[in-house]
Amino acid sequence: MAEAHAAPAAQLAAHRDDQASKMGMWLFLFTEILLFGGLFLLYASYRAKYPQAFHAGGQALDLVLGATNTVILITSSLTVALSITALRRGQTVRCLWLLAFTVACAATFMLNKGIEWGAKFHHGLIPGSEHMARLPQGQSIFYGLYFAMTGLHGLHVVIGASVLLWVMLLIRRSKITGDDYAVLENAGLYWHIVDMVWIYLFPLFYLIA
Amino acid sequence: MHDTTTAARGAEHGADRPHEPLSYRFLLLVWLGLMCLTATTVAVSRIELGALNIVAALGLAGAKASLVIFFFMHLKYENWIIKGMVFMAFVVLAIAIGLTFVDVGYRY
Repeated sequence: MAEAHAAPAAQLAAHRDDQASKMGMWLFLFTEILLFGGLFLLYASYRAKYPQAFHAGGQALDLVLGATNTVILITSSLTVALSITALRRGQTVRCLWLLAFTVACAATFMLNKGIEWGAKFHHGLIPGSEHMARLPQGQSIFYGLYFAMTGLHGLHVVIGASVLLWVMLLIRRSKITGDDYAVLENAGLYWHIVDMVWIYLFPLFYLIA
Repeated sequence: MHDTTTAARGAEHGADRPHEPLSYRFLLLVWLGLMCLTATTVAVSRIELGALNIVAALGLAGAKASLVIFFFMHLKYENWIIKGMVFMAFVVLAIAIGLTFVDVGYRY
């Protein structure tokens, strides 16, 4: 392949090291894994201490919304993976549509999250409120962890979608191309980690009841 | 599988040369696998299995996470340095979780 031989020369000219940038991205992702890992540890320890409260709390969460959001997030991960293939095959327009779909998935995910949190707020379950502080300790901890973990995850969804929008802009300006796609790949890695965290959050909060 | 062999051939040429892009069809199959595992997770959680419920939920979540890491995140096609780094990160996480449970498990 002609472009395969041309690639190292182009990389030298632009001081580019895709392998190193990918490694840097993975290092950053490890800090994310340990960040959420710490919260999962808290969840597991308190679940061992208050099994009944966690059981009741899990049953009070909306399984349909949780499952819908799981499907949305996994599908959005697929479209990011597809967009890399599209870009590398020179199908730039298809790549942009796939990324736009991903961002739309992120927006739908956050909308569902908003509906879910709204319903909890309606029942007086507001983080930091008097009502939550007066609940039995196990329940108060369950909802505290629920808001903290899904909240931190939601923040990651918003950041990930914003990064993907920025990547779309760079693709439109031909700053990211089929031969120079490390930024898209690294943004994709971030998005997949966001998906992976949800893969664990979903069964732990919505299913184990 | 066709896609894995082409990608593996790409990896053999060295780290500088990116592997062939994964085909749409292959990525769709991974997605289908993830959907099946999600349906299984929900179905299994509706059956009363006692302590096995949490084992099943975490096992299935682990299988889903592996599909995402190895194929969507291309880890299968990376060089051994990145593979080793990811492996170490999960070993550290496992040690943290394992040691905590040695404590929590005997506390209550």
